[in-house]
Amino acid sequence: MAEYIFEVFRFDPDADSKPRFDIFRVPPFKKGLTVLEALFYVQEKLDGSLAFRSSCREGACGSCAMHINGKYRLSCETQVKDLFSDKVVVQPLGHLRVLRDLVVDMEPFFAKYKYIMPFLMPGSPPPERERPQTVGDQMKVLPSVDCILCACCHASCTVTGTDPEYLGPAALLWADRFVRDSRDDALDERLRLVDQLHGIWRCHTIFSCQEVCPKDLDPTGAIADLKRRALRRKLLGQ
Amino acid sequence: MKYHDVIVVGGGLAGLRAAIEVNMHNLKAAVLSKVYPIRSHSIAAQGGINAPLGNHPRGGYDSWERHAFDTVKGSDYLADQDAVVTMIKDASERIYEMEHWGCPFSRNPEGKIAQRPFGGAGFPRTCFAADKTGHMLLHTLYEQAVKYEQAAERGELKIYNEWLITRLVVEDGVCRGVIALELATGNLEAFKADAVVFATGGCGRLYSNSTNALINTGMGMAVPYWAGIPLKDMEFVQFHPTTLYGSNILMTEGARGEGGYLTNNKGERFLANYPDSRKAMEVAPRDIVARSMTTEILEGRGFEDAYLHLDLRHLGEEKIATRLPGIRDICRKFLGIDPVDEAIPVQPGQHYTMGGIDCNKDGASRVKGFYAAGEAACVSVHGANRLGGNSLLETIVFGKIAGEHASNYIAAKADLGAGDKALADALAQEESKLEKLLGSDGPEDPSVLKEEMQNLMRDNVGIFRTKEGLSEAVPKIRELRERYKNIRLRHTGRSYNYDLMWNIELGGSLDVAEVVIAGALAREESRGSHFRRDFTKRDDDKFLKHTLAYYTPEEPKLEYSDVSLGYWEPKERKY
Repeated sequence: MAEYIFEVFRFDPDADSKPRFDIFRVPPFKKGLTVLEALFYVQEKLDGSLAFRSSCREGACGSCAMHINGKYRLSCETQVKDLFSDKVVVQPLGHLRVLRDLVVDMEPFFAKYKYIMPFLMPGSPPPERERPQTVGDQMKVLPSVDCILCACCHASCTVTGTDPEYLGPAALLWADRFVRDSRDDALDERLRLVDQLHGIWRCHTIFSCQEVCPKDLDPTGAIADLKRRALRRKLLGQ
Repeated sequence: MKYHDVIVVGGGLAGLRAAIEVNMHNLKAAVLSKVYPIRSHSIAAQGGINAPLGNHPRGGYDSWERHAFDTVKGSDYLADQDAVVTMIKDASERIYEMEHWGCPFSRNPEGKIAQRPFGGAGFPRTCFAADKTGHMLLHTLYEQAVKYEQAAERGELKIYNEWLITRLVVEDGVCRGVIALELATGNLEAFKADAVVFATGGCGRLYSNSTNALINTGMGMAVPYWAGIPLKDMEFVQFHPTTLYGSNILMTEGARGEGGYLTNNKGERFLANYPDSRKAMEVAPRDIVARSMTTEILEGRGFEDAYLHLDLRHLGEEKIATRLPGIRDICRKFLGIDPVDEAIPVQPGQHYTMGGIDCNKDGASRVKGFYAAGEAACVSVHGANRLGGNSLLETIVFGKIAGEHASNYIAAKADLGAGDKALADALAQEESKLEKLLGSDGPEDPSVLKEEMQNLMRDNVGIFRTKEGLSEAVPKIRELRERYKNIRLRHTGRSYNYDLMWNIELGGSLDVAEVVIAGALAREESRGSHFRRDFTKRDDDKFLKHTLAYYTPEEPKLEYSDVSLGYWEPKERKY
């Protein structure tokens, strides 16, 4: 392996009439080279105008999600060798406006997250010490709380692409996270927010979100859980 | 010109907690963050947060006194004891508050917050949420910030995402606001505020072998330093014993707290061979374990002369999956190994900045209206060495305290909203500096300067230090600072110019690195994380004092201040 060929999406809305791909040659300068490290190599050595977000470089912060060789992933935890290809094609997250190169407008994504009231709403004032919670009850929120809001799911979801108002897999996963929490008492309010035209019923159960989630979470399952609860509420009044 | 009652710089745990506190006082707070708040480095904290809750079966006799004593002893007696007491007395309440706000802490069989053993602690008192405690806490605080953002009657909590602070504006000893660069547009703007809280995190990226996020450049320390506020105890840099070989990603101390072993190339648990770690073994404090590991590697008992093994295999798959899932995930993704089947290759790496912006236990600095909290600040509660699990605690305790004192300061302040002229002048100066930087066509490649700085700090200002190495670093860093004046940016556009952002910050990193070197050279003793091969003993007669570094254009000017004692007499630190 002499070099990797990086094809990187470029677009500056202020200057370019349409996007293009630039080709950069990146040597495998270190063992375990990640896509993020390769992008820094491009920025520092080849083309300083390349724009991309990053922070933790260990898959924890969710800054650097992008489309890499056919799949949405975190560039920091994707090793180039694991792509089994000399050619690496890098594009920004889908379904979000490109602000520059690989930087997209995250505001619509966060607006949806904020819409579902992503904070605990307990029904009683807090006790002096912790609210007790059994190990089993705590485990019920575990499938969702690992979400890092990287928007891989949002970008991969076909429904998000066709209905801009759809709340999307990430926001709905968070809604389900609070519904599942034994300390939360706002089920009615939470279901009211998601049981609507652009809410849970928009999910077509395509599982794209589940397939791409870098944390192996299951937003499709979370949405199904909300659907069940909403139905039970309507039909059985539970 | 934008105007908020309080501007909080930094959207990690300390910053968000400060902003929420300001909001609780019905004042308007704005958070300026270089990244979206949940991208802050707090997210990466793994192991846990300390408080003497006494929830562990072996923790029944724990108390604030014992926790505070462990902290002071761990600090090698350099911590200010009144500040430590303030922090520990508030610890349980702050943790319960986070629980009430929804933090999904792991639970013990009684349904209480689970606790585990950590280094240097007399009792198991580290509360945790698996090995993603920072992630869970930061999301919880962000959720509360969203709540306050939505609740209009509370006042106002506004978050400015992706703004880089370039200047703190101080007029006659009073803080007037900040100048910041909007990454989206590349425009500079003046933010007027009656009080400013800096919660900008540490400066790990001065080093090439850091566990820290890439954004931890130290810019948040450089800005107040340039404005005349001293940096305190910057020579105390924590090296974490277990960082992943190759990438220096953190492998939590919780891995050892849960029973993991450190072994050398002979398969021995070598900590037994060192007097300082013989008793506590894997849960000895970080500075001690990191030194034993480095010695082991230097003496040829490491693997490839570079790393040792963190062995979790005997813990079994179930414990690893429930208590250390994040560690397992990182090992799989970055090394392609599963700690259930294989030992993890680890080496010590830069991890934490004990020093920081000089402030007192109210979070207040010597400039009126300017406060600091979290890793950016030096109160000091960690002294010469921080105990694992105390940094998260510091963020939420002193974030709250700084927010509270900033609010009280405003309530008593006479000239609210003053400082227009000072801010306008500072903005004009920053604008011309920015123009100059964008137009500079010098010969220096900034990425080369950064690499040289990071390697210099790793090699000469690392775990073991000598007069020789440090004296060599002084002219070297000065040379890098000179060369920085002749850098050429590769991109001169304004919108999302990351080349510009990283290289503005490089200017801050270089100045902060110089402070670390100067402090380390002047401190001719060994204390906590600062180990001098030429002065291997602690010297309380000469150095039981804080280093204060003041900015001058030539070099940092060092002064010293007293350590607040009074609760525990300094003794030899033995484990």
